[in-house]
This record gives sequence, C-alpha cells and structure tokens, in this order.
Amino acid sequence: MTSDSVAVETNGHEPSYLEYQGKHKGILGWILSTDHKRIGILYLTAVLTFFFAGVVFGFLMRLELISPGETIVTAQTYNKFFTLHGVIMIFLFIIPAIPAIFGNFFLPILIGAKDVAFPRLNLLSWYLYMTGGILALLSIVMPGGPADTGWTFYIPYSVRTDTNVIYALMAAFILGFSSILTGLNFVTTVHRLRAPSMSWFKMPLSVWSFYATAWVQVLATPIIGITLLLVVIERVLHVGIFDPALGGDPVLYQHLFWIYSHPAVYIMILPGMGLVSEIIPVFAHRTIFGYKFIAFSSIAIALFGSLVWAHHMFTVGMSDTGEFIFSLLTMVVAIPSAIKVFNWTATLYKGSIELAAPMLYILAFIFLFSIGGLTGVMQGVISIDIQIHDTSFIVGHFHYVMFGGTGFAFFAGLHYWLPKMFGKMYNMKTANVAFWFVFVGFNVLYFPMLIMGWMGMPRRYYDYLPQFHPYHLISTIGSWILILGLIIMFTNLFKSLRSGKKVTAKNLWGGETLEWQIETPPTLENFEKIPVVGGHPYQYKDNEVTIEEEKV
Amino acid sequence: MTTQTQAHSESHVHRDDIGARLGMWLFLFTELILFGGMFLVYSIYRFTHPEEFHVAAKELNTIIGTFNTIILLTSSLTMALSIVAIQKDNKRLSIFFQFLTILLALFFMVNKFFEWSIKFHHGIYPGSDTLLNEKSGEILFFGLYYVMTGLHGLHVIVGVAMIAFMMRFTSNGVVTHDNFIKLENTGLYWHLVDIIWIFLFPLFYLIT
Repeated sequence: MTSDSVAVETNGHEPSYLEYQGKHKGILGWILSTDHKRIGILYLTAVLTFFFAGVVFGFLMRLELISPGETIVTAQTYNKFFTLHGVIMIFLFIIPAIPAIFGNFFLPILIGAKDVAFPRLNLLSWYLYMTGGILALLSIVMPGGPADTGWTFYIPYSVRTDTNVIYALMAAFILGFSSILTGLNFVTTVHRLRAPSMSWFKMPLSVWSFYATAWVQVLATPIIGITLLLVVIERVLHVGIFDPALGGDPVLYQHLFWIYSHPAVYIMILPGMGLVSEIIPVFAHRTIFGYKFIAFSSIAIALFGSLVWAHHMFTVGMSDTGEFIFSLLTMVVAIPSAIKVFNWTATLYKGSIELAAPMLYILAFIFLFSIGGLTGVMQGVISIDIQIHDTSFIVGHFHYVMFGGTGFAFFAGLHYWLPKMFGKMYNMKTANVAFWFVFVGFNVLYFPMLIMGWMGMPRRYYDYLPQFHPYHLISTIGSWILILGLIIMFTNLFKSLRSGKKVTAKNLWGGETLEWQIETPPTLENFEKIPVVGGHPYQYKDNEVTIEEEKV
Repeated sequence: MTTQTQAHSESHVHRDDIGARLGMWLFLFTELILFGGMFLVYSIYRFTHPEEFHVAAKELNTIIGTFNTIILLTSSLTMALSIVAIQKDNKRLSIFFQFLTILLALFFMVNKFFEWSIKFHHGIYPGSDTLLNEKSGEILFFGLYYVMTGLHGLHVIVGVAMIAFMMRFTSNGVVTHDNFIKLENTGLYWHLVDIIWIFLFPLFYLIT
C-alpha cells in the first residue's frame, strides 16, 4: 500500500495520504502513523479480520444446528462457539466498525478539519483495541479453552466455570478503554475542530450521529469497565461482590451489565443510522427530509436509550413499578427511531433513486431495521417478553437490528466510501449480485428464528425437539447463502483494491458533503485550506423544490 | 520530501488548550462514572445490609483515615500552588510544590499500607476463613473496602507518576508560564483523586 518515493515527487501535486512518506517507512509508516486516515485503515484491516473470525463461529453454530442431537460438536464446544461469536461480533466488530473505521477516516473531513483533536490518543486507542483483540484470541488457545458463559458473563457461572473467562473479561475491559478514548476524541473534535463556517446545523447528519455515539461511549462504557473488572477481582481474589456464595447479589451484576450494554446497542446502531442519512440523499438526489428531526432524534435515542436497560431482565423478579417504567421507556425509544425511518422514506418520495450497491444496502437497512425494531417493541411489552424471553425470537430480533441494521449500514459504507479511501473502484455489477445473496441469505437465516422462537425454541441450545427441525434446516441453508454473498462481496472489494479501475474524480456519487470536494484519495492534510461551508449539507441543485421545504 | 515533512510536523504543532481541557474533563467524567458504578454497588448493599455495614465499619481505624484525609487535602493545595507558581513564571517554586505533592501522596500510601497490613494480620482479607465466617454484609463491606480503596490507591500511584513527569517537563521547559495545560490537567486529575477519597472516607470510616 505504501509507495516508493518516486511517486511522492509528482511535481506540483500533493501526494495522497497513501503515498505520503513520513518519518517511518513501510509497515512502520502505518502502525506509528497518527494520521486519522491511516488509523481508520488500521481499524478497517483489524475489524474485518475479527469479523471473518466471528462469521466462522456463526457458521459452525448453524452447522451444528442443522439436525437435532450432536452433529459436529459437543454441547460444551457449542457454548464456547456462541460465546466467542458474541464477544467477537459485539466488542470487536459492531461497536468499533462504523465509528472507528469511517468515524476516524471521515469525521474530520466531514467537518472540515485536518485531523482529530488528539491524534496520538487516537493511535493509542487502536493499540488498546489490538491488545483486547489479541487477548480474546488468546482465550481460545490458552489451556482451559475459551469462555463458555455467553457474551453476557452472567454471575455466578462466570465465577465458577474453569474456562478462560478472565481473558475474555480483560479483553472486553481493554476494548472498553479503546472505545472511551475514541468517544472522548470525537466529542472534543466536533466541539473544537469544525471549520469556522460550519455551525452545528450545517454539520452532515453522520457527524450528528457520531457525536451522539461518542457521548454514549464516554458515559456508558466506564460502567461495564468497572463491572467486568469486579468480576475479574471476584474470580481471582475471591472478594465478595456479586457471587451469592460470598454474600453478593447476582441480579445487581445484571443491572450493572445492562446499564452499559443497552446503551451499547445504540453505540452500535446510531452510526449506522448516520450512514443511512448520509447515503439516502445522495442516491435519491434529493435533500434530506427533516434534517433537524433526524439530528435531534439521534440525541433523543442516546438519552432515552440510557434509561431502558432493565427490559433485558423482566424475568428476574423486579417490582411491578420498575417493570412498568422500563417497559414504558422502552416503547418511548421507538419514537425517535421511527422519526428517522419516516424521514428517510419521505426523502425517497419523488426522488430519482439510483440503485447502486450503497443504496441497495441502505434500503435493505430500512426494511430489516423496521422488522428488528418492531419485534423489539413487542419485547418491550412485559406479557409478551415473559413468553419469548431467552428464546431464539430474541436472537432473531437482535440480528435483524444489529446485522440487518448496523451490519448492512457498514456494508453500504464500504461500497460508498471505499473508492474514496483508496481511489479504486469495484465492479458495480458484482456488488449488486453480492447484495442480493446477502439480503436473501440474511432473511432465510434469521426469519425462521423469529418463528421458532415464538413457538418456544430456547436460545443457546445445541439440541432441539424434532418439531423445530424444518426451521433450523432452513436457517442453516440461509447461513450458507449469506456467507456465499459475503464471499462475493469481499472478493469484489479486495480485488478492486489490487486491480480495480483507478478513480481520481473528486465527487464519485454526486454527494454534497465535504469529503467529495477533496482529492481522491485524500491528501495528508485533507484540505489545502480550511473550507468555507455554505448552506445546508444536502442541497441538491436540481432539486430546488425540496430546499424550500427545508425550513423546519 | 523536506517540504512535506515540514507540513506534516506543522500539523502537529497545532495547540488547543481549551480542547485539551475539554478532553481532560471528559476523561474525568469517565473516571467518576467508573467509581460511580462502585458507589452504586456500595449504596445498594448498604441499603440491604445496614446493620452489618455498621458493625464492620467499626473495624476501620478512623484516626489513620482522618490523618490520610488531611494529607490528601493538603496535597491538593500544594498541587494548586504549583500551578499558581508556574503561572507567575516561578519554575523552581512550582517544581518544589510538585515534589511536595508527590511526597504527601507517598505518605498517604505508606499509611494505607500499614492500615491494610494490620487488617491482614487480623485475618480480614478477601477469601480468608475469618472473613468468610462472618455475615454476608460484612464480607461485602470488606470486599468493597479493599476494591474501592485499592482502586483509589492505584489512581494515587498513577497520579504520582504523572506529577513526576510534570516535574521533568517543568524543569526542561516543556511546561512554562504560557503553556502549562499539561500541568493544569495533571492538577485536575489529582483533585479528582482527592474528591473520590473525600467520598470514600465517610462512607467507610464514619458510618459506625
């Protein structure tokens, strides 16, 4: 990826950040670089590696469930699989995916800055991320084997099991640190480094959602940090905190765990929603509908999302008042999410929609996220939740939100921004073919989970009653279609980096935000001089009618 | 080549004191929430086991605790004085006050060490038979006592390391009278360490 110095001396033309030679050469020029773009690509490389590992464990789980009884692995190994799948996908993929990759790369560009507020801290968070990731991988190979507690590490089992829970806990703890530092960096960046002409309501909507996400990262993550640390201390030093044998209260652990982990769900989805708001206007060639509503709904989601955690625990025996309040708040969160969905669809109305790969993934996002969101509201109803708690309905629901939502938004982001990042274009036809495999595979894989969960199939079981067999079989076949789609997609993308068509046009899709006004790929300093921002971020010239409507 | 390197280095000269302070305050928020999680655990267990917390707190030595509170409060004063000194461009005085802060912090840790070792001597430590035979509220009290004061002690050590770096920075001219944001942020951190202790002290020592 680094080039020789010959390319650097192109006369009069600033070299791109990919060609730029700093103090260090080769690989060191990357892993010691404090350039936000290079750090973004470091994250991209690492996050994708972990994503593929997570996919492998998911694939193996589905394979085990293809028929009743022991198929390929024992019950114990299956427990390890779902723990690893959960820990990797949540802490190492979904949480950092969009903020750490696209946030790092594009947040400063979108606000007209040269870098983030604390470039060195930014690099430190990548190193912390890698340390956490390596610890998680170490838990697999060290004697004792990977943790088998599930990604929730519920007490008392997480204190009693012989597996390498400590590695997994420490991994999550360190990854939390990395996440906090990224959040801290982004909040400061948005406050301090916006181009002077970029007032708050001229910021692109993805910046609003990165900003809201960053606040949740800063304010919620320390709670999981201390909670996981307390479990480690309890395991190692037998200090009585949560373990009932030492006088503790395991339900308190669950509260503390979800005080973070529910807001974490919004850390995962908010940046995805930001990408949707960013990409829809570009491919509908239309101004975003309800800019302020979308911006404030991000903040509202961040706010309300922090107050709903106990809906994960309706069955532990809370007071009726508590259950009532949490149930109510859970349904309230659906409102800002729905505001976004309605505004997105309103933006599409009468637009001239261009079905390129990024847009396909975004449209799929709206569809899948709606299914995920509505099944989520169902679970907010206590009477329904008690019926479907700990069934595969829940698994189906959160995969629709997390994978169908954030995952698809991430794929959209890859197809939207990767050509900008590397100056190479992928094969658009292949990208569209891959999309249909991924989309169909996804639904075939996860929709049966909703049905059999409703019928009573428990989650985290490696075996099941014969009547669930058809659903499991369909689901497993879906996983193959999905993985085939992923293979086509990533082969296409990777191939484009090696031998794709070179693109130098600044504006690849006709976007109106700042990243489309700079070189492709960007130069080291992004902007020759700090840009002056005119009106709203999504004003389309051939679309005057909608600009009139924009007076919210 | 050379022009680029200059451009690159210039981009890192960029100085933003308000930004640095904002970042530090955000970090302090996260620290407060980190301890907040433990204070939450404490308040819930104290609510469910009021009697046992009351009995267990009698084991703690209020005199050493008070003494340590005074030490830490004084160290916050010396920290603040060192910042005032650097603002008035008095490098030596600033370094002296920073040194005094470190000294007080070490003093605090020595007291803490003796306090803990006496408890250990009495058989009160996590997982000991003496402790496990007590009621669950007392096990929880001492569990939290060790974890919370232990984590606080860890923050004291980190603070000492940070101030030691600042002494070096002050002496070699990185921290000066018109560029002291590093020292100021260290001061903020040190006051946080102090404030956490101000809450730990009554919650553990003064509830008898």
